[in-house]
Amino acid sequence: MFPTSFAYHRATSVSDAVTTLASNPDAKILAGGYSLIPAMKLRLAAPGLLVDLGGLDELRGVSIAGGQLSIGAMVTYNQFRDADGVAAAFPAIPECIYGLGDQQVREHGTIGGALAHNDPAADFPPVFLALGGSVEATGANGTRIIAGEDLFVDLWTTSLELDEVITSVTIPVPADGSISGYVKHQHPASGYAVAGVAVAITLSGGSVESASVVVTGGTSKPSHAAAAEAALVGTALDEAAIDAAVAVAADGLDINGDSYASAEFRSHLVGVVLRRAIGQARSRA
Amino acid sequence: MAMDVAADAKVLVTVTVNGQERSAEVEPRTLLVHFLRDNLGLTGTHVGCDTSQCGACVVTIDGKTAKSCTKFAVQVDGADVETIEGLADNGTLHPIQEAFWEQHGLQCGYCTPGMIMSTRSLLERNPNPTEEQIRHELEGNMCRCTGYQNIVRSVQYAAETMNGGDD
Repeated sequence: MFPTSFAYHRATSVSDAVTTLASNPDAKILAGGYSLIPAMKLRLAAPGLLVDLGGLDELRGVSIAGGQLSIGAMVTYNQFRDADGVAAAFPAIPECIYGLGDQQVREHGTIGGALAHNDPAADFPPVFLALGGSVEATGANGTRIIAGEDLFVDLWTTSLELDEVITSVTIPVPADGSISGYVKHQHPASGYAVAGVAVAITLSGGSVESASVVVTGGTSKPSHAAAAEAALVGTALDEAAIDAAVAVAADGLDINGDSYASAEFRSHLVGVVLRRAIGQARSRA
Repeated sequence: MAMDVAADAKVLVTVTVNGQERSAEVEPRTLLVHFLRDNLGLTGTHVGCDTSQCGACVVTIDGKTAKSCTKFAVQVDGADVETIEGLADNGTLHPIQEAFWEQHGLQCGYCTPGMIMSTRSLLERNPNPTEEQIRHELEGNMCRCTGYQNIVRSVQYAAETMNGGDD
């Protein structure tokens, strides 16, 4: 199967891409293509114009400086995983990328694309949110920073304007004593998360100073499990504290069900993968 | 380099395929797999699923593994593409092809070009993969005949012979 006809524009710069997007409301950005092209082949998406960012080398850098990890939007999963210093400072990132898609998705899928697509069962958006990430986006009205909490709106929907391009992603380097992890229960056929949890926990003097717990797969967008976060803060991250967090992991979340996994089962899985994610984060510390 | 193509227009795409420069005029919506098969006559790259899941169409683009059904030909203009036809050297099978033969890593053979191309990328990154790593890295390649046992053996055999191990 092939897509409906579309016009093609290979962008020469971010501002060229923005100008083209601003004057073509039915245009879509083509990044790695591993979500968009399958959707176009099934004719779930039929953009009139594709604006290809593939030639923009200025969107391909990864650097850690001044306490911030900065990732160009067109950096692929494999490039991100292999970049200097990433695995040591952010153990959740290689864990997330290892089980993400397949060999070809990891080679071509991009960090900016993953966030802009906002698939409700995606692996990277919850890790980005748990680690306190933000994006820089450039559009016809200029450049702005969007915090992760403000980026994800609903299923496959973000707060990006139609003419805005994510140019980079920023994640603060966690304080000493921080741990992070990501675990999903994956669908046996598709590999997508039936329920996944990313955790980022900062320990200080043996007790939890801050805890971020973000759920994917069961929710319409990556969502903080606020009850579990509250249950962990101030504890020694002992078994009793983890039991308490697991017991309330899905509280307050709108968990979806489908023919494979009911909402009740998914809610249970959120607790199961939360416990595993904490265990993984500790084992990598 | 800028490229602009109208929806109803065709554009000349030039790609180095298995070391040879090849060109054809295509629409923007032409997938790389159809460019290879229909425009260039290289039918070793297969179309299995149409949904980017099965991996029968795997090639390499500038050395990186790729599903050729998930790239438009216009995206790879100027790139270096390698297909299953480029592996054998003057009639001598590549060690991975040899391994699939020796270990009976196929029944119908439909998935085999993609399996071999994905195996090549996996062994380049990790010349000594464990069984678990082989199964994990080949998740994007589906076989509906063998149940994967002999495919895993083929990859292990290829790794051994390519590392100069005893066999």
